Amino acid sequence: MSIDQVVIRLENVSVRYRTPAERYNTFKEFAIRWLQGKVRNNSFWALRNVSFEINKGEVFGIIGQNGAGKSTLLKLVSRVMRPTEGRVVVIGRVVPLLELGAGFHPELTGRENIYLNGSILGFSRKEMETKFHRIVEFSELHEFIEAPLRTYSSGMWARLGFAVAIDTEPDILILDEILSVGDEAFQRKCLARIDEFLQQGATIVLVSHNTHQIEQMCQRAAWLAHGQLQSVGPASEVVRAYRENQHIN
Amino acid sequence: MHSNKTSTNKTELYYDSTARGSPPLEELREVIHYRNLILQLTRRDVMTRYKRSVLGIAWTMLNPLGMMVVLTIAFSHIFRFDTEYGYPAYVLSGLLAWNFFSQTTTAAMVNLVWGGGLLHRIYIPRTSFALAAIATGLVNLLLSLIPLLIINLISGVPIRATVFFLPIPMLLLAAFALGVGLLISTFAVYYPDVAEMYGIAMYGWMYLTPVIYPISILPYTFRFWITHLNPMYYFLEIYRAPIYYGKLPTAEIFTPAVLIAVITLVIGWVVFTYKSDEFSYRI
Repeated sequence: MSIDQVVIRLENVSVRYRTPAERYNTFKEFAIRWLQGKVRNNSFWALRNVSFEINKGEVFGIIGQNGAGKSTLLKLVSRVMRPTEGRVVVIGRVVPLLELGAGFHPELTGRENIYLNGSILGFSRKEMETKFHRIVEFSELHEFIEAPLRTYSSGMWARLGFAVAIDTEPDILILDEILSVGDEAFQRKCLARIDEFLQQGATIVLVSHNTHQIEQMCQRAAWLAHGQLQSVGPASEVVRAYRENQHIN
Repeated sequence: MHSNKTSTNKTELYYDSTARGSPPLEELREVIHYRNLILQLTRRDVMTRYKRSVLGIAWTMLNPLGMMVVLTIAFSHIFRFDTEYGYPAYVLSGLLAWNFFSQTTTAAMVNLVWGGGLLHRIYIPRTSFALAAIATGLVNLLLSLIPLLIINLISGVPIRATVFFLPIPMLLLAAFALGVGLLISTFAVYYPDVAEMYGIAMYGWMYLTPVIYPISILPYTFRFWITHLNPMYYFLEIYRAPIYYGKLPTAEIFTPAVLIAVITLVIGWVVFTYKSDEFSYRI
């Protein structure tokens, strides 16, 4: 198992969003314009010619201001979106931890939601049966597991979401900011679990505004501005360049 | 420990955005892989719909029964429709098939447009919502057979062995609904007001279909157009044949129904899957 094995590769990746130059409120309006050949679109590049690689076992940081293209980049990596141009290659199971409990339903019980969320992550019922106890164990929600999720606090909700996501043993973990799940004790538990993953050779992509965090946790980082890659390299250097730039502006 | 983790199917863990096979086939493969998701989404929809109501799942059966009572009272005073075995059983069988079609196609679209947030956050096959909507509808349609058979018994409609043929019209109707649901979902992603228009269109379409009236009341020319241009006419006929008329549908009705169902499904699936890469740019 070589440490330089590439698990995420972006080759000249561009994403173009189109927004209509005029608002068409109805299909009829649009149809008339279309027949007249007057449909115009504004387009902007959320990402433009971005290329870099992330290696196996790395903690890789992505920094940039709001609207720099960070979320779009994450969507490409987690297969939610295909690039307009260029190529994205990902090797391994990607789990975005930024969406804890996405797809949970308030009327279903904790148990039912574990199975539902597991299926969203692509697991069969059988696989979820073997995971179920570990998930409940980790979430520390034993007494509440048969209660509907609407009775949960937001902290409990996130804890359950984290417990399901983390039990999928992803090869690539995507973290948006550092977790603010539950109380401090639970956060420490989450970080310990993430550490364990790293020991096992998993890769982490961390997106954050907090440059200190990036410096502390990441080996390498990429800096995005207006959809373009400003620099990529050792985290401390990229962060320094980013800070200098922020200063000037 | 890690090595045995990666020993699971290696090919499915490799993703290349440019290695795009045929979208319709790729989607089919993903749906098979994610079949548990469709099952869980269906479970969720069936279970949560009435979860907070006292009568719970019984509403699936009470709803069409209520409609039947209202229509029977209304029409037995205004018109007298001449139906073979009495109006209540006729209108109920029609309503069940029609409601299945109208509810599942609407749900397919609404779930995608309003519930599409999930598609933004994590990869799941894009047809999942439509497939779950159809599956949920099928569960409801099966449950509603209970009140239908009871009404048949009460109103003296003979229950023949032909009821065992019923799964076939149900599946054909489901295939047609899935095709239509995927097509209008594709439209609704680009133009949200399609959702509103569809509601009105369904209302009109229902009156152009012999759901609450028998085809025989229509003047000849009108009848000609409906039986030739309205696909739902065929689906209602093949649905009613085994359970109301106690016969198998004739080949004249059955053949077009099969063709329409298959063609609509294929077109819907192909259009949706070719367009679905753009959805995450839009929804």
